[in-house]
Amino acid sequence: MKRIVLVLSFAVLAIASLTLSAPSHQAFLVSAQAAQAATAEVKIDNFSFGPGTLTVSVGTAVTWTNRDDIPHTVVSTDGAFKSKVLDTDEKFSFTFSKVGSYPYFCSIHPKMTGKVVVQ
Amino acid sequence: MSGKKKDEILHDHNHDGIDRRGFLKCMAWAGTGAFCVMSGGVLKSYSLSRLSEMNPAAAKGELSFVQISDSHMGFNKPANPDVAGTLKAAVDKINALQTAPEFLLHTGDISHLSKPEEFDTVDQILKGASAKDVFFVPGEHDVLNDDGRQFLERYGKNAKGQGWYSFDKKGVHFVGLVNVLNLKAGGLGTLGHEQLEWLEDDVKHLKHSTPIVVFAHIPLWSVYPEWGWGTEDSAQALAYLKKFGSVTVLNGHIHQTMQKVEGNVTFHTAASTAFPQPQPGKADSPGPMKVPAEQLRGILGITDVNYVQGQNALAVVDSSLA
Repeated sequence: MKRIVLVLSFAVLAIASLTLSAPSHQAFLVSAQAAQAATAEVKIDNFSFGPGTLTVSVGTAVTWTNRDDIPHTVVSTDGAFKSKVLDTDEKFSFTFSKVGSYPYFCSIHPKMTGKVVVQ
Repeated sequence: MSGKKKDEILHDHNHDGIDRRGFLKCMAWAGTGAFCVMSGGVLKSYSLSRLSEMNPAAAKGELSFVQISDSHMGFNKPANPDVAGTLKAAVDKINALQTAPEFLLHTGDISHLSKPEEFDTVDQILKGASAKDVFFVPGEHDVLNDDGRQFLERYGKNAKGQGWYSFDKKGVHFVGLVNVLNLKAGGLGTLGHEQLEWLEDDVKHLKHSTPIVVFAHIPLWSVYPEWGWGTEDSAQALAYLKKFGSVTVLNGHIHQTMQKVEGNVTFHTAASTAFPQPQPGKADSPGPMKVPAEQLRGILGITDVNYVQGQNALAVVDSSLA
């Protein structure tokens, strides 16, 4: 019984401290993300890129993963990047080193379009 | 409609609206090819899977050939882990025809990933067919990574440009077009200026009474542009064919049978020898319809063309075998 009370009170304390320190906690998370090499993911599902528009900071490495049973490609509309054909579960990564808007599409199924915005 | 039983959902375990009966109907799209007969200058096409019901007289004409499509050799996902086996089944059906076809047309997606061994396997299997001549046009899966150079080397020795060509058989003019290269973001299949100019020139000298058969991978009519099932500049190509009394357009790409008549032009799409795809807009995407392999093999060939026609929003010509 004593132990349960102890655990419970600890839990209450922990929640209280989390709630009180929420702003600084968020700030900590953001700085931790920035400290790591920035990465982002785009999933290819059901003949579409998700998210359709991805916003990242300069230096972010974006990785596309094809989760369809059909091969796809990731090809920049203005030639900035171009993947090989990606079969199921294959990946393609590109690191964005310049600010700008990068529209891209699947050259096999050109109705599939997406955009990476680099800030 | 009084005599017709209303469809019920019998076993909808996946809550996807596809019950067993619906599933069987879906499999109607997994037919193996089309037997085409040119008679009196008009082409009629019949599902290879229903030839046993065919009136033998209907098979007689000036010329007959078989269209197969979308073999996707190398595909090994649950929708069909044995695409070589189902292509062989198509060849067996071709060889069982009472009237041997003059040749085969393959309307693209021969391979799944443009790998040399995938093309080799298809070539090997098709060597077993009674018809020795095979005419190919590329699908988008045949021109991955190299803008179609490998395809041209293998199948396009006598072709023009990026692989288009024409030939004549028994008074019928056949035109093979390429609409899977240089695709633009957000766009559909594309023929391109150079090919269109060639087409205009190719048909210019022909008599208006010459039956024309055009074949290409992506449909040359707007089947469902939302899924890319159409060709940007097909209207220009069809404009060059307006003067002809009989024009037939044969396509693949959509892995299901559809037919449509527009003026002097009849459009057909062939089923895949590999796996079915959903009806336009009837799924989240045009990806392969997944069914257990042994069921796919067992059901291949049981086509219900009437269903496809009846459920289709498009105008469809009667392809029944009566």
